[in-house]
Amino acid sequence: MDVIKQLEREHMRMDMPQFKPGDTVKVHLRIIEGEKERIQVFQGAVMRIHKGTTNSTFTVRKISDGIGVERVFPFHTPFIERVEVVSEGKVRRSRLYYLRGLKGKAAKIKQKNVWS
Amino acid sequence: MSIGILGRKLGMTRIYNSDGTAVPCTVVAAGPCPVIQVKNAETDGYNALQLGFDQLREKLTSKPQAGHCAKADKGVYRHLREFRVDSVDEYEVGQELTVDVFTPGDKVKVTGTSKGKGFQGVMKRWNFRGMPASHGHEKIHRSPGSVGNATFPGKVFKGKKMPGQMGNKRVTVIGLDIIDVRPEDNLLIIRGAIPGPKNGVVMIRKQ
Repeated sequence: MDVIKQLEREHMRMDMPQFKPGDTVKVHLRIIEGEKERIQVFQGAVMRIHKGTTNSTFTVRKISDGIGVERVFPFHTPFIERVEVVSEGKVRRSRLYYLRGLKGKAAKIKQKNVWS
Repeated sequence: MSIGILGRKLGMTRIYNSDGTAVPCTVVAAGPCPVIQVKNAETDGYNALQLGFDQLREKLTSKPQAGHCAKADKGVYRHLREFRVDSVDEYEVGQELTVDVFTPGDKVKVTGTSKGKGFQGVMKRWNFRGMPASHGHEKIHRSPGSVGNATFPGKVFKGKKMPGQMGNKRVTVIGLDIIDVRPEDNLLIIRGAIPGPKNGVVMIRKQ
């Protein structure tokens, strides 16, 4: 098994910032359209982090024009240019599925107090 | 009719390609495999190499095994397999074959013993649909249904798909790609799944 873990480590990204469910993140995604390459930003709350080695993913939820949009990103994919942590959220569980049933102000995640 | 190597399946994982796509792959610890015996058309009727894999401790070897492997003088091996080749001129007894026989991008076929599933019904073994859950069906939800006709032909045809032993038999998967070859660790990385459980012995042959 160790051999496989070593192999996976080569394909993992060590440059990803630390973030937790409830945090608001900006995912800068490289989009390749034919010859051209551009960066698309997806900003929202981290709803779930699926742990694993090269398999791990995270789900980001945002409200776009009143419609909830969730996107699952592979954690280690080279298509992610970078991830920016906008703010830390104060939540009491690791899977924030309850956000799906909430709208407006209720769906807002409280910000964590950051003492400087 | 091509050269190959023996290996042990270590497990599956997923890696990212140079273009960023995720690729499912199997890691195999393959070789080094010494040539134990060379069979040629004159003496044996066909051209083949017998390769050994997984060296045995001296205590575990029997005298016939030791005698068979003596000519190669590379130790005694637990697994011996023959690989048919077109010509044996370039090989000799005692020569060691490593993962170097493959290069990334090669198409290979992998032969192994599939995972045993025991005695299974037709739904699992042959993907039959079974019977409805309701509408008067009783005790036959997973049964095969009719297996043939009546007086003519008056028998069940040979080869009819029936319940029976599933798995634990020799399976070959063809058309797999070699993604990576690591001679320093004796590793092969193959795209996709190969037969058998982890630690199962597999034959990897060029296509």
